[in-house]
Amino acid sequence: MPFTRRHLLGLEDVSSEELTYLLDTALSFKEISEREIKKVPTLRGKTVIGLFYEPSTRTRTSFEIAAKRMSADFVSLSAATSSVTKGETLLDTARNLAAMRPDAIILRHASSGASHFLAAHLDCPIINAGDGAHEHPTQALLDLLTIRERKGRLAGLTVAIIGDILHSRVARSNIFALRTLGASLRLVGPPTLLAPELRTWGEVTTDLSEGVHDADVIMMLRLQLERQGKNFFPTVDEYSRYFCLTERAVSCAKPDVIIMHPGPINRGIEIASDVADGPYSVIMDQVTNGIAVRMAVLYLLIDRAKAEPEVEAETQSQSAAGGMDAPAPRLRRNVG
Amino acid sequence: MAPNERVVMDAQAIERALTRVAHEVLEHNKGTERLVLVGIRSRGVHIAERLRDRIHTIEGVEVPAGIIDITLYRDDLSRSKQRPEVRGTQIPFAIDDTRVILVDDVLYTGRTIRAALDALMDFGRPLSVQLVVLIDRGHRELPIRADYVGKNLPTAVNESVHVRLKESDGRDEVVIARGEEC
Repeated sequence: MPFTRRHLLGLEDVSSEELTYLLDTALSFKEISEREIKKVPTLRGKTVIGLFYEPSTRTRTSFEIAAKRMSADFVSLSAATSSVTKGETLLDTARNLAAMRPDAIILRHASSGASHFLAAHLDCPIINAGDGAHEHPTQALLDLLTIRERKGRLAGLTVAIIGDILHSRVARSNIFALRTLGASLRLVGPPTLLAPELRTWGEVTTDLSEGVHDADVIMMLRLQLERQGKNFFPTVDEYSRYFCLTERAVSCAKPDVIIMHPGPINRGIEIASDVADGPYSVIMDQVTNGIAVRMAVLYLLIDRAKAEPEVEAETQSQSAAGGMDAPAPRLRRNVG
Repeated sequence: MAPNERVVMDAQAIERALTRVAHEVLEHNKGTERLVLVGIRSRGVHIAERLRDRIHTIEGVEVPAGIIDITLYRDDLSRSKQRPEVRGTQIPFAIDDTRVILVDDVLYTGRTIRAALDALMDFGRPLSVQLVVLIDRGHRELPIRADYVGKNLPTAVNESVHVRLKESDGRDEVVIARGEEC
């Protein structure tokens, strides 16, 4: 079993075996969303709390649907409607929630490292749903799943990541995972949004045409207008003139290129509408895959430590002796 | 073969048993109308494929066959140390108003079949579900029985039954192993 982590906080130290296992598991969950009854009883009786300190539509909804498709109860809290507005700290909020015995907490927070902080203080699994400019592991996993589905592989592909790489947690998680899985990276953006350390992660360029030349995958990033307080470029119009992905720029890439965007899209700023909605776009596939990835992550992380050790030892593998038809008196007593 | 193992069915015996079961299924259902086969991962799938081939040989009809993965329906997920691997269900046909022949290798406590029935019902409402197993080793914990059995094999709880098939194990045999933890 290659994935035995307690939390999913980032992808920086996740091995290629673990990533592949996560993606394979997610792929098997896709089929559930295509059924007429989109629900399995796997996490029945489990409680998942979504703690969203930043606005989120896609990620929160995707986690909620994923949890509910596995029959877990999902409780979503946003900072604006919680005791955070009364001055409660993240740790106090989380401790109070933990005292309500959830089986997993999903955290989105504006501060990098917030999910690590919670994981250090709480027992239940913590899933990072985006922390500051640090990581957004489930978004990267759904991107990887989408690429692998479309291209059949990840190793050897040239992936151009374009835009506000400095502030993008999506880019960081993708960079870590794509490197681990053997893809070549091109990082494209204005010099002010390309931190010097990025040169160790891939080929860096400030020229959009050069960046997308012969690329297999173009991964656009949202221009994070809310994080541009320090004037990283003169105007949005000027940024758009040099870095907006237009059909002309796409023509420099491979003929079977796929175009990705984590959303929400600033149409006409980082990507032209006809490209975002065009034949190379896999943006909606990313959204669909997000549910499968989050189902897989919840499935693999949700608390299983309550199992009695002697019962665990008595459970056989499915292939031998008729699979879970392999009981023991204690198991019989508990499973009822 | 391990020293504590004893062969209870060889390749020929398995062949004969499956041919007999195929005839029984056809006789009971008066042919292949509305008949579909669903194999439970993993060895049930191979047995279902073999039954489909035999039914084709006997009747000249290709009966639809699907695969059901019960991992997400198990009642011991939180008790298992090893996280079970999900390999997906593939039922590329509507099961509403069909006669589903559910196929597995070993019937033991009945919990796998219970999970498979739950999973199957999420796909539709079959006219009926009939159960084929290659081996019925007894020790039921749920009120479930097989409609077609390749071989009834009385066992002790501390024995285990291993069905080995060419498709996954390189050879066809059923062995009973003594003294293994169940």
